[in-house]
Amino acid sequence: MSAGAPALPARQFLRWAWRQLTSMRTALLLLLLLAVAAVPGSFIPQSKVDPLAVATFTDRHPTLTPVFDRLGLFSVYSSPWFSAVYLLLMISLIGCIIPRTAVYLRAFQARPPPAPRNFDRLPASASFVTDRPVADILGSARQVLQAERYRVDVDDGTLRAQKGYLREAGNLLFHSCLVVVLIGVAVGSLVGYTGGVIVTEGEGFSNTLTQYDEFSAGGLFDATDLPPFSLQLDSLRADFQLDGPQRGAPRFFSASGDYTARPGDDPTPFEIQVNYPLKIDGTSIFLVGQGYAPVVSVRDGDGDLVYSGAVPFLPADASYTSNGVIKAPDAEPAQLGFEGFFLPTAVVGADGVPFSAFPAAAEPVLGLFAFRGDLGLDDGRPQSVYVLVRDRLRQFTGDEGKPLRLLLQPGDSASLPGGYGTISFDGLRQFAKFQISASPGNSVPLVAGVLAIAGLVMSLTIRPRRVWVRARVEDGQTVVGVARLDRMSGADLGNDVATLVGSLQTDDKPRQRIS
Amino acid sequence: MSTQDWATLSNQAVAAATVVFALGCLAHLAEWAFGRRVDAAAPVPEPAMVAADGVVTQRSPATPRPAAGPDRSDLLGRAGLSLTVLAFLLLLGGVSARGLAAQRVPWGNMYEFATTGLLVATGVYLVLVRVAGVQWLGPIITGFCVVVLGLAFLVYVPAGPLVPALHSYWLVLHVSAAAIAGGAFAVGAGASAVYLVKSRAEQRTSLDARRGYLWRLPSSAAMDRLAYRVHAFAFPVWTFAALIAGPIWAQYAWGRYWGWDPKEVWAFITWVVYAGYLHARATAGWRGRTAAMLALVGFATFLFNFVGINLFGSGLHSYAGV
Repeated sequence: MSAGAPALPARQFLRWAWRQLTSMRTALLLLLLLAVAAVPGSFIPQSKVDPLAVATFTDRHPTLTPVFDRLGLFSVYSSPWFSAVYLLLMISLIGCIIPRTAVYLRAFQARPPPAPRNFDRLPASASFVTDRPVADILGSARQVLQAERYRVDVDDGTLRAQKGYLREAGNLLFHSCLVVVLIGVAVGSLVGYTGGVIVTEGEGFSNTLTQYDEFSAGGLFDATDLPPFSLQLDSLRADFQLDGPQRGAPRFFSASGDYTARPGDDPTPFEIQVNYPLKIDGTSIFLVGQGYAPVVSVRDGDGDLVYSGAVPFLPADASYTSNGVIKAPDAEPAQLGFEGFFLPTAVVGADGVPFSAFPAAAEPVLGLFAFRGDLGLDDGRPQSVYVLVRDRLRQFTGDEGKPLRLLLQPGDSASLPGGYGTISFDGLRQFAKFQISASPGNSVPLVAGVLAIAGLVMSLTIRPRRVWVRARVEDGQTVVGVARLDRMSGADLGNDVATLVGSLQTDDKPRQRIS
Repeated sequence: MSTQDWATLSNQAVAAATVVFALGCLAHLAEWAFGRRVDAAAPVPEPAMVAADGVVTQRSPATPRPAAGPDRSDLLGRAGLSLTVLAFLLLLGGVSARGLAAQRVPWGNMYEFATTGLLVATGVYLVLVRVAGVQWLGPIITGFCVVVLGLAFLVYVPAGPLVPALHSYWLVLHVSAAAIAGGAFAVGAGASAVYLVKSRAEQRTSLDARRGYLWRLPSSAAMDRLAYRVHAFAFPVWTFAALIAGPIWAQYAWGRYWGWDPKEVWAFITWVVYAGYLHARATAGWRGRTAAMLALVGFATFLFNFVGINLFGSGLHSYAGV
């Protein structure tokens, strides 16, 4: 409000604001604003969609990152400004639905609207003269229109009829269901949980918080609610296209093993494929990825076995060139760490650099760089098992002081210089990446969404129509006027009027028979 | 026939369809060029409504018809339409043969989606030619098909089996619905574009200067109505494809029904913009030209989702196959 204008009383202002917010124009602007607001999230990496991409972005753009962070651009869809737009839109929606429902209910109970004085002004009208009495004509018209499912009302020489009431009902159903969908999604995100875990062949998983590699849950979720199932992964199958132009493309993935729904139950076999999750007690287990876990053993300078097991290497490209880290904190005289790559089908390129030519493990090679010193595990700070913190580590060097690179095939072993120990590549297993999630109540948005489409189709296809017939006696004859109004554009009204007029005129014959 | 034979046949049919679409487009352009010299045909009155003694006043805008007599412009228009029918049949053959070659529904990558989407767009156009006489969309539809088919060859991949993520019957429901909606959006965008041209001309051209091809087309109001009807068909189909079938499949494949993956974001944006279009047509100050522009923006977001996000974006919907 400008300074000169008289201040509106608060109530009046609120009423004005409410009317503005719930107007169609505002709803339309908010709708378009929502579309625009959704755009940045598809270009800027989102921490909930791809945390790795966010980390890469942060490394590459150190100056932009704090600005983006402050603007919530790494989590656009939960940012205050995005929420503001859709909350306003929702209020506007509700503020539109409620009064329109009231208007609709009144119109539904009311008689069809009265006939306009002058039919010629309507988009389609006709008139004719007949010998039939007024009541007879109106009776015939009532019959014809009722057969066409019009609601008909006759009084005082005039017939009024209307149909297509369900159009507005569909419209209201659609918009109400949208509100239900939004509420359902919001509530669902409060009570659900989702987590990711990597399980290697021959190993197991039990559904407790500590076993997850990553886990997120809604605000109302309680970790003690996790269903107490456990599963054992026996084997993972991964098939790839062997020939043709799409050689190497993934063709079939499946993970199989046994699960027990609760401790003490008998194990039940399972097979999980992409698109075919395993469901236990409302929780679904999805196969979302797989990869290789070389089995390695590390012996330290004293010859003691300080590490032995399968180490998942995370695939980085379509040929499953994978990266991973091995940590042996118990090694003496110094802790040992390895960082490197795994190539399922290693081929040495023209430049002498090995790369993976095919995603299946036809010629597996493990390439490692070795480090000694302090792995940084003792200061209590949590560390990713996939990252080697090199701050207090010294890299082993080989010939001419270059970093030492160990290339191992299954069965190979290599000694570290200076008697620090040995590492051997004992065998190869595969791992499955499972996503485990429960989204209770997701049938609410589903049912509401299906109803919304039903309402949408009703509101877009049903045409509300009105028909009026007026008959009066003039010079001993009956003058009949017919008019029709379609509240949606595009109907062939002329034809409809003609059909009605035609049916009223052909009804002349029964009258003659009676007389 | 072996799958390889079907694959070869498919490629030949799609290439032939491209050429025939190009010829059809040329015919329509020539129709337009020759039509420039022709006077606007006097609007042909609608057939009499009521026989006998009835008097019917018909106030709905009469549709101008092409001038009587087979002039060169008409002939070219009919040739363009015939070529479009031929191209449609070739494309239908190409898409079907592709399915037989790959032994699955041919909707597994960008090339396949583009050919199927254009098949739908041409099909919708031809149906509308039959029921609503929309030959005036011929130049824009054939031109669009030539351009997109030409570009589709850039993302061509040989027929082959699907990646595991697509092993689901939801592929049939989700992708076919998206292709149907996309094809209809293309026709709707074409109608909105011609509407914008025509309504501008109606505002700027005096009545006696109205000669040429454009003035033989229906009124801009009729075009707007047609565009609305096509969008009113496409919008619920898109709603089903993007906001019902997509989330259900995502729940099965990825364990969440909505995750703001770039493809999902843009599908949502397209939905919101078209919802805006439908509301704009019922809002004072927005109906008409502004609404039509929104329809074009909606189609642009759809195309960007298909091309931009597939080729340059990242995310879970990386099925371009290129």
